[in-house]
Amino acid sequence: MATVLERPDASPTPSSATDVPLLKRPRSLDGFWGWLTTVDHKRIGILYGGTSLIFFLLGGFEALLIRTQLAQPDNHLLSADAYNQVFTMHGTTMIFLVVMPLSAAFFNYLTPLMIGARDVAFPRLNALSYWIFLMGGLFLYSSFLLGGAPDGGWFGYAPNTSITFSPGHNIDFWVFGLQILGIASTVGAVNLITTVLNLRAPGMTLMRMPIFVWMTLVANFLLLFAMPVITVALFLLMFDRQFGANFFNPGMGGDPVLWQHLFWLFGHPEVYILILPAMGIVSEILPVFSRKPLFGYPVMVFSGIAIGFMGWGVWAHHMFAVGLGPVAVSAFSISTMFIAVPTGVKIFNWIGTMWGGSLRFRTPMLFAIGFIAMFTIGGLSGVTHSISPHDRQQTDTYYIVAHFHYVLFGGSMFGLMGGFYYWWPKVFGYMLSEKIGRWHFWTWLIGFNLAFAPMHWMGLQGMPRRIYTYPKDLGLSLPNLVSTIGAFTIAVSTLIFITNIVTSHRKKTPAPNDPWDARTLEWTIPSPTPHYNFAEVPIVHSVDDFWHRKYTEDENGRLVALPKPPTEASTGGLSDTEESGHGIHLPSPSFYPLIVAVGFPIIAYSMIYKIYPVAVIGGLVMLAGFYGWTLEPSAEPEPEHHAVEEPAELVAAAAVPALEAGNEPAAEPPAEEGGDQ
Amino acid sequence: MSATTVETHEAHGTTHETNTGLSNEKLAMWAFLGSECLLFGALISTYLLYKGRSTTGPKPHDVYDIPFTSASSFLLLMSSLTMVLALASIQRGDLRRLRLWLLATATLGGLFITGQVYEFTTFYKEGLSLSTNLFGSSFFVLTGFHGVHVSLGILMLLSLYGLSARGKLPAERSEVVELVGLYWHFVDIVWIVIFTVVYLIP
Amino acid sequence: MSPRNTRPRKGAFFLLLTLVALVASGCARGKLPQDTLSPVGPEAIKLDHLFKPVFAVAVVVFVLVNTLIITCIVRFRAKSDDDAPVQVHGNAKLEIGWTVVPAAILLVIGVFTVFSVLDVNKRASGSDVLTVKVVGHQWWWEYDYPDLGITTANELHIPTGRMVQLEMTSADVIHSFWPPKLAGKLDVVPGRVNYMKLSATEPGDFSGQCAEYCGLSHANMRLRVIADSPSDFDAWVANQQKPSVPPTGDATVDDAVAGSELFVARGCSGCHTINGLAGAAGKVGPNLTHLQTRSHFAGAIFPLDEKSLRRWLRDPPGMKPMNPDNGQGMPNLGLSEADITKLIAYLETLK
Repeated sequence: MATVLERPDASPTPSSATDVPLLKRPRSLDGFWGWLTTVDHKRIGILYGGTSLIFFLLGGFEALLIRTQLAQPDNHLLSADAYNQVFTMHGTTMIFLVVMPLSAAFFNYLTPLMIGARDVAFPRLNALSYWIFLMGGLFLYSSFLLGGAPDGGWFGYAPNTSITFSPGHNIDFWVFGLQILGIASTVGAVNLITTVLNLRAPGMTLMRMPIFVWMTLVANFLLLFAMPVITVALFLLMFDRQFGANFFNPGMGGDPVLWQHLFWLFGHPEVYILILPAMGIVSEILPVFSRKPLFGYPVMVFSGIAIGFMGWGVWAHHMFAVGLGPVAVSAFSISTMFIAVPTGVKIFNWIGTMWGGSLRFRTPMLFAIGFIAMFTIGGLSGVTHSISPHDRQQTDTYYIVAHFHYVLFGGSMFGLMGGFYYWWPKVFGYMLSEKIGRWHFWTWLIGFNLAFAPMHWMGLQGMPRRIYTYPKDLGLSLPNLVSTIGAFTIAVSTLIFITNIVTSHRKKTPAPNDPWDARTLEWTIPSPTPHYNFAEVPIVHSVDDFWHRKYTEDENGRLVALPKPPTEASTGGLSDTEESGHGIHLPSPSFYPLIVAVGFPIIAYSMIYKIYPVAVIGGLVMLAGFYGWTLEPSAEPEPEHHAVEEPAELVAAAAVPALEAGNEPAAEPPAEEGGDQ
Repeated sequence: MSATTVETHEAHGTTHETNTGLSNEKLAMWAFLGSECLLFGALISTYLLYKGRSTTGPKPHDVYDIPFTSASSFLLLMSSLTMVLALASIQRGDLRRLRLWLLATATLGGLFITGQVYEFTTFYKEGLSLSTNLFGSSFFVLTGFHGVHVSLGILMLLSLYGLSARGKLPAERSEVVELVGLYWHFVDIVWIVIFTVVYLIP
Repeated sequence: MSPRNTRPRKGAFFLLLTLVALVASGCARGKLPQDTLSPVGPEAIKLDHLFKPVFAVAVVVFVLVNTLIITCIVRFRAKSDDDAPVQVHGNAKLEIGWTVVPAAILLVIGVFTVFSVLDVNKRASGSDVLTVKVVGHQWWWEYDYPDLGITTANELHIPTGRMVQLEMTSADVIHSFWPPKLAGKLDVVPGRVNYMKLSATEPGDFSGQCAEYCGLSHANMRLRVIADSPSDFDAWVANQQKPSVPPTGDATVDDAVAGSELFVARGCSGCHTINGLAGAAGKVGPNLTHLQTRSHFAGAIFPLDEKSLRRWLRDPPGMKPMNPDNGQGMPNLGLSEADITKLIAYLETLK
């Protein structure tokens, strides 16, 4: 990873004629190659979103297999082996390949728009994150074709995952796949943190940032610090499995509990990585559809930060049955209870946002309200886990499965779905159908509750997790069947969502710039977003700046619409922005992020099959990618503009921070001046 | 949207104007180093947790040669000084000295790595391998991981040297040297911790 | 785009239907052998006393939050596109309120929790305490009574009215010992010893199972705790302490005798101990000395009868997923039907 960040610094100036590029700069912004070489944060966001939706279908299919198997007691549709692979991949997929990248899709697409920037800080690094993520996902799934998918659970507890007890390659795919995905996340986190901290439009102070951007920032700090911890855990396991180290080998004094500490030290912040973005989305949707500002914006920000910090002090509540001793267990019980406080504050503030508003129940709002209700259930069952003595009845049962699905599905997925409906018109320029959207929401809500509410009972009535079958004597056949019916209802609901996308795409009801009467900067620009984002970099005066350009309050605090400024219409108009968009100099597409990313799976395969020369090839591919990367300026000079020579416009463009958003200062004028040494 | 945007920005000319005042590259480097802290933190914690828990020998002080490692540690620490001198040189515009100090830093780093390779080989000959015992596993993985970091740093330093030798590292781009310097100092500081924890504390 | 109001009432109806279905599924309780909500053992009852009030608090908060949400939906539905609601930006008093009140509630819960943690973690002491060593194996349980010289598997006998101290570890991967009606689960971790208290006031047969994912046949690693009255327990102990008496006679006519010879000849003895049978001292599989005193076998999943044993001996990994090639579980020994008959005849003598 060091290389990823370092190499670009060492790049020479692009002006030199002696540097021969490895590959010609991709010219087309469109079509297959345009997407493959894009460095545009919006396209990368769309790629993230599309890819994770496909993985969502795969993970969902695995969920249906699980539920079909458990619909009846003593069912043998799947063998134990197949079931273990399926549930492992279901969890791994939904966490690493669905909710995380889906959040990344929103981070990527929205963060620059919401802070008034033209791209992220490092556009090519952004592309690299996506391609590494994709390679990691494909690598993980290739295991199904290569002798069996990982079967150690998404948590991969040692020593079950050691070479002694899992001699096949299944676990190797998991170990390497997650390391690859971890690199993608870390690179993305560095990029987004830099973007948010550095590229805000003038006047956009931290406390004027949209709450979604705040949650993005917190989530990415969590990623930044959590990913290295699991990387180390996987690294140690890799050394155990590949090179005979003893980290988790009890026979040599190794302690399997160390794995759990490392895993959950990552794993618990990870929970907040998964939920904070959805919380941010919901916090954007609720004010818009209530026509009221977010209740207690500063408190919402600080509770998000508090969750981010406290998330580091609760990991051992995943280990209450490990036998940690009374002191540790007590401490982690207490810390776990108190992380409920900022979470509760958020819930009440959301209700406070709606209270007294003028609520419009459009599809995004339905999902947002669904989020609050469902997430509350997940939060409350979470509090019941924190009473650690009784957690020894709950842990590793379906009660936990119910809990985290209420958090990750009832929470994250509801929030993210709301985000889809809300920002779809901005991203694609057309509206999703409200009618089908409502069908989607209600089937989603009902299916979700049918699938997961019975699991509370199943767990408390003694059904452990991760069992491929259960006897009729357990007395839980009916709730299991209900749960299966719920799972299929969710599948139907997902089909409705896909139908919505397909039919809305055919119909293409054009979306205005601001279809929801919204509050944040992305709604000031045309739909779909032009490739340069903002024709002119906005100046921000307050939280919800766009709202305050449209509305003010009378002396009683009631909403008063402002007259539409005539300039507003013209700057927002398409023809005008098209014109001003000409002078804007954006980073150019590049092959190299993709090439570098391809190196990762090559190395991983060669490590798994112990064909080390191939690893060298993978390393060379990466090296070649970096070499080309460093020689290639992030933004190609635009010849026609050099010819026209419009100094004022060029200078103005260059002054916008996002424009030189490349990794290397090389692309800038000073570099040329420096040639005189 | 205000049309005054352009004017306000024109005043700044072509300089970077970021919200933090740090360049994107430097901020990203700090973020990355923050991430690295946890990486090393987790590895060092693992080493500490497993200290003295090996079921078989050799034990740490059966193989350690503290004076030797102290000497190589001293070389690595000195390289931080030469790194500072390199940065100072480019900031002064003294590109010849820059190259000299870059080379000195890389050489000191290289000597450290040579020392580590020698140490690893000696330990291996004395019967300590990755799989011998817990100490072997945690020692080799921690120090080896650090060694890889130093090696990457040397590669960066040599790249800078190459750039400078080809006249492509003007004084205006001193920040590149600063960034590599940040990384290099970080790796040095981590070694101070590792050396203390692994070698000095009995 | 004019915002059309949806009709959440229709949706609410569906939601109600869902809830009814849920309650129905929850209430359809037949026999629930592992129900934590109706604990029997004192240790489990203590946990339940902690859980139920907290659960009640959670339900109250849930009702409160959802009442507020529904009130919002009903009361604050947009009347027109031009509604001008009062722009409330926050309310410090309220926000402090809903920070402090939950924190206070949680503090109270926290105090009770800490006391309970200390209690649960306290080891049993006193001369009356019965110590049992529990060892988790892929995928069965081994119980050793060090003071009584008994080793048995899967079915743990305990006397009522006495505190039992389990000293638990694992021979391979992490498992978790969980008899829900008697106590909360505790992991068995290789290289560590964990301590768990167990007691029962009434005789009974309590089922449980491994609760930590332990590989291929995790689902098939069940267990039973059988609480005997003190006199029954003493009788059970007395029987268990006796070595088995190998059947004697002519192996060509007596299946049991032939079976006992096959047990050693075909290598069963390499993994299984049978006290009293020369050469049968293997430690890999369950101790079979008093096999017939158990009601189930193979991780307490199959009833111990002739039919099941026959199926088992034909192809153990076919009956219960195992991975004998990697030393995980019993291999298929390729026994002939005649051999199986003989072996079963012998196994049936292990009373």
